[in-house]
Amino acid sequence: MSTETRSELAPRFGEFGGRYIPEVLVAAHEELEESYEAARRDPAFREELATLQRHYAGRPTPLYFAERLTEEVGGARLWLKREDLAHTGAHKINNALGQALLAKRLGKPRIIAETGAGQHGVATATVCAKLNLECVVYMGTEDIRRQSLNVFRMKMLGAEVVPVDSGSRTLKDAINEAMRDWVTNVRTTHYLIGSAIGPHPFPTMVRDFQAVIGQEAREQMLEQAGRLPDVAVACVGGGSNAIGLFHPFIEDPVRLVGVEAAGEGLAEPGRNAATLVAGSPGVLHGTRTYLLQDEAGQILDTHSISAGLDYPGVGPEHSWLKVTERAEYIATDDAEALDGFQRLTRSEGIIPALEPAHAILPAIRLADEIGEGGDVLIGLSGRGDKDMHTVAEALGVTL
Amino acid sequence: MSERLRARFAEAKGEGRAAFVAYVMAGFPEPDQTVPLLLGLEAGGADVIELGVPFTDPLADGATIQRANEVAVAAGVTFADCLGMVREARAQGLSAPLVLMGYDNPLLAYGEERAAADAADAGADGFIVVDLPPDEAGAFRKACADHGVSFVPLIAPTTAESRMGEVASVADSFIYCVSVTGTTGGAAVPPEVGELVATIRQHTDVPIAVGFGVSTEEQVARVGRVAEGVIVGSAIIAAIEGGSVEGCVDRVRAYVERVTGRSREGA
Ligand SMILES: Cc1ncc(COP(=O)(O)O)c(C=O)c1O
Repeated sequence: MSTETRSELAPRFGEFGGRYIPEVLVAAHEELEESYEAARRDPAFREELATLQRHYAGRPTPLYFAERLTEEVGGARLWLKREDLAHTGAHKINNALGQALLAKRLGKPRIIAETGAGQHGVATATVCAKLNLECVVYMGTEDIRRQSLNVFRMKMLGAEVVPVDSGSRTLKDAINEAMRDWVTNVRTTHYLIGSAIGPHPFPTMVRDFQAVIGQEAREQMLEQAGRLPDVAVACVGGGSNAIGLFHPFIEDPVRLVGVEAAGEGLAEPGRNAATLVAGSPGVLHGTRTYLLQDEAGQILDTHSISAGLDYPGVGPEHSWLKVTERAEYIATDDAEALDGFQRLTRSEGIIPALEPAHAILPAIRLADEIGEGGDVLIGLSGRGDKDMHTVAEALGVTL
Repeated sequence: MSERLRARFAEAKGEGRAAFVAYVMAGFPEPDQTVPLLLGLEAGGADVIELGVPFTDPLADGATIQRANEVAVAAGVTFADCLGMVREARAQGLSAPLVLMGYDNPLLAYGEERAAADAADAGADGFIVVDLPPDEAGAFRKACADHGVSFVPLIAPTTAESRMGEVASVADSFIYCVSVTGTTGGAAVPPEVGELVATIRQHTDVPIAVGFGVSTEEQVARVGRVAEGVIVGSAIIAAIEGGSVEGCVDRVRAYVERVTGRSREGA
């Protein structure tokens, strides 16, 4: 599945992926594909991106041995890939930098983005400030409410935040609205999609920009643990941090486990965001992938305590990894995520974002199952400052 | 059937005018208004009807048609229900060719092959699928061809000229020319649309219908001078919204009579 050996970027992952888009956007996707194809082979582009990643984003991020948590669990060693320490506090900056450089190459002075938790919006606004690009971020009003700190950060960075009040007022609706902007302003605007979703070439391109997570982690595991991990675990919203962590391990004998949000439980449709666990294939936001939908093909509402996982679709490469059984997908509910959040915070002094907090209990269970001498790698995709209000509310604390 | 669409465009051309293509959303404002609206559109002078199939995420539509989608989805209107409405309208005498317009996922959920077969059986004549460009439509196009219904491709102002011939070659009844980069109900149809139609014309003999940003009498007349078809959507939804539910059919009929400048009683 590596694209390195191909002259062209494959538009599909098996039966998933593709480009299900209005005709107005076809030319922009062809242009983007060509430009990305050229950029990824261009040493100057790669060097510019690598330099920014090093000096601006703070890469490589550490691989951290969670010693106390490991002792508490008494099983395999737990390792954290610390994307929370990247500039702006999450892995989203990896993709934002790559795509913004590409937009410059395309000569597009205006950037639009969608955001759920606000992390992608903040990363995009940050990069646009640095590269002097106009920035407009679409965000559901429900997410604006629960992520007000990030909304203010984006505004301070000079971005315009446009509230989206349609549908479920979350990530899905922000993407719809960004797409509407794009069909209108496509000639001057690049849509900087925040996850490994959307029409080709986005899922591949975002994956490639995020693969730095897994590339670094792989080297660091070999260096620090002396071996590859037995399993890599990451949370899956659209799936960008997970695919970035997984991809460099695809040819290795490493189990890959993606953790979705079970919200209030899988029993009631509309109250979770466990797309791969509870969904079925369809077409949304330009790609063929697993979706949460009813029998008539209408997209279901979703719920998760974490805004960044609150999405009824998933990146098409994950759908492919699921059906080929190269990766496994499970779901963690709101209460378990809060539990994982507190475990990591108390035992390591690391406050995770609510998104990767979903991966903590599953990782602990895996560590227990694998036992001593084994290694579990966790993608810690972001830090939890943005979630303090939500956690306080969930724990019944008034700030 | 594709044949019924071709005949209707030919008939309008024979009369020296453009065909008037009118859009309504199935289930909007209420499911039991859809059949009367279809008949009212025809009575008012619509040559071709587009029946919107509701979807939760209409990402190429502006606020007006989004609202109509939301109402219809909330009323639980499915693709199967849309076919039921077409069947009923035919039973009540609708003779205008009718094209189902919407997004890919409800068709996929119903089954592409079955969607084409059952559409033909219900009396629909074709499909416009906003997020299914010809490049991705192989299986569905074949299903349409097998069942004699038309797959109507779209061409936009951003479509490369080198691609136009390829897209046009897929058309067997008409081509939907999107007049502006934007969503439905957005910017008004620009003066340059004549040039866009002329460029497409160099690649095909198939009738070209222009939509997006067409609502006033003047715009309908202006587009009718450069293309074989004029498509109006948001303005009809706006007419439906412009008063009581019971009055919606009369308002829509009056709107169509006004902008087409004629009435085809008993058509
Ligand atoms: C910290 C963090 N992790 C994960 C996600 C989920 O996105 P993805 O699945 O694309 O990594 C988000 C999204 O906002 C996030 O902020």
